[in-house]
Amino acid sequence: MEDLIASLVRGFGLGGLYALLGVSFVIIYRATGVINFATPALMILGAFFTGSFGNAVGLPFWLSVLLGMAVMAIIGMIIERVALRPMVGRPAFSAATVTVGIFIILLIVAGRLIGSELLTVNDPFGLNTIDVLGARLFTIDIARLVIALAAIAIVGLFLTRSRTGLAMRATAFDQETSLAQGINVGRMFGLSWGIAAAMAALAGALLTAGSSGVETTIALVALKALPVIILGGLDSIKGSVIAGLIIGVAESLTRTYQPEFAPWLGANFDVIVPYIIMIIVLMIRPYGLFGTKEVVRV
Amino acid sequence: MTTATKDSRKTVRGRPQLFTSYAREMSIFNTRVKRNWAIVGILALGILPFLLQRDMVALLTTVLIYAIGGIGLNLLTGYAGQVSLGQAFFMGLGAYTAAVLGGESKGDVIGLGWDMAIWLPLAGLVPALIALILAPLAARVRGLYLAILTLGLVFIGEHIFKEAKPITGGAGVGRAPADPVFLGFDLFSNQTILGYRIDRFTIFYFATLVIFLVLAFAARNFVRSRFGRNFAAVRDRDVAAEVMGVSLLRTKTLAFSVSSFYAGISGALLSIVIGRISPETWNIFLSIDFLAVVFIGGLATITGSIMGAVFVVLLPKLVNWITGFIPGAGGIGDGGLLNVFELQTIIFGLLIVLFLILEPRGLYGLWLRLRNYFKAWPFSF
Repeated sequence: MEDLIASLVRGFGLGGLYALLGVSFVIIYRATGVINFATPALMILGAFFTGSFGNAVGLPFWLSVLLGMAVMAIIGMIIERVALRPMVGRPAFSAATVTVGIFIILLIVAGRLIGSELLTVNDPFGLNTIDVLGARLFTIDIARLVIALAAIAIVGLFLTRSRTGLAMRATAFDQETSLAQGINVGRMFGLSWGIAAAMAALAGALLTAGSSGVETTIALVALKALPVIILGGLDSIKGSVIAGLIIGVAESLTRTYQPEFAPWLGANFDVIVPYIIMIIVLMIRPYGLFGTKEVVRV
Repeated sequence: MTTATKDSRKTVRGRPQLFTSYAREMSIFNTRVKRNWAIVGILALGILPFLLQRDMVALLTTVLIYAIGGIGLNLLTGYAGQVSLGQAFFMGLGAYTAAVLGGESKGDVIGLGWDMAIWLPLAGLVPALIALILAPLAARVRGLYLAILTLGLVFIGEHIFKEAKPITGGAGVGRAPADPVFLGFDLFSNQTILGYRIDRFTIFYFATLVIFLVLAFAARNFVRSRFGRNFAAVRDRDVAAEVMGVSLLRTKTLAFSVSSFYAGISGALLSIVIGRISPETWNIFLSIDFLAVVFIGGLATITGSIMGAVFVVLLPKLVNWITGFIPGAGGIGDGGLLNVFELQTIIFGLLIVLFLILEPRGLYGLWLRLRNYFKAWPFSF
């Protein structure tokens, strides 16, 4: 029972992270129709900036997270303007391949910036635990879930309640019509990249909090948000929150129970559980739980 | 037929772009210049290893192997329009098929020690068969969904490779690759042929060259066949293609299988050049390498894939050579601003981005521009 509660909570923490990264993918996909394969590198860079503001400058954790997000938002907008804007009107897979190139570049830059020294994000959670119903829970897992959901809620409110959010949704719906209504579509693209990069940065800070430190090797964790958006539907924020939690919990439960009940699947099997779920989903419902079914015509 | 060929031969002399028969226009070298360039290229590939250092010969072998894998991915991505990040997985399958069938048993690791004449075709066929099984799934999804699906395949594949210890030797340990003994003749040992001593790198280079030429010509022929036209139709407008009677499932399955066949052969040969293969070799970054071969070389051109392979494999050497002239740049370790490895990876990423933005037709497009410039010289058009 304690095992179950502990792994559920860990799963929800992980799920919060995946949801955050999933929303980062969805926002860019909705605005520009591109899957941003550079997200892992944006996440690591975000963690790096958060860590630097915390350690080198000595700011408190909350402030350094916000500053890290702001820096990444600016970097995201620059990337969009320089590399993605010229790709408007080209096939989506060409633009996606551009982000693969950006991924390689940013990953090396991040590795270089982090260097060989240990960099932590200086978070207040660390390895603190609280006891609930006899189960020992890490506060970081609870913090991950709460902060991620809060951030997604803020983005959701921004999209549904503000004038700019309305403009962004209009752009996602129909670019040419929004252009005709006087919306600066290019600026909306930039804004989407900014928000997405900031969310990736937050995910990076939360991922590194409570662990050993910022490393480029954890970048590939962000790719697990791809199964999340497949399960949730490429264009649905609600879908990626629910799918993120499902996949996080599934992964965590596998980590707890698979070595005991199915050892023949091998060590670290939990790492590939999201991808297996993704393949099953693609077989049954290719457009995901909440995605819009693609209508094709000649 | 005979008279038609004769007539077209005559007209070709002065006006290379004038085709008087469809057969002539569709032929594999439809202009004389193309044929001459191909002959020059093949001759150059035959002579080069005797002029180069030993390590350069090994590098040239890697170029040919990358070209094989690149052509395979280009058939799928360039011709059939299906973006795949799964190339590394199928290369791994090919490499381990070859290693199990053609390698030696050692401890727990299986190796049957069969001849290359058996394991080489199977190294292509087994991945093709796996692709055939996966294809119905891949055919359901299009565009970026397929890229994500194949990305998942690479991660799942890496896990399986790490766990299947009798086949792969396990994570971090690895195993020896297949022995390239073709009909009793060892292609990776020093040999004396007609009194000349030829070192093993050169021997293996020529073996790879033959395989490469066969596969490259096969691909060139394949894309101008009915199936190649089906590929292009599916790429350009899949719904329209289906309406016109091109079976989407069958075409995508074929593209996926043929591409995996090439990937498997490429993986098997690459494992021999590497010398010892560990499950970590077949990761997402290898797939990105091949994506770069295709996109830098140029989509939907076989020649472009070969150019792309030359470029991607030789880039590290080139960067190494150039940094020698720039003081301060590229010390090994933490000395300079960036070390050589970091610099070459950044240049690599930058080139993918730049080519896609500025010249989507890739290196082949650059070659076309250069050619057209000199064709009209001294006029600008």
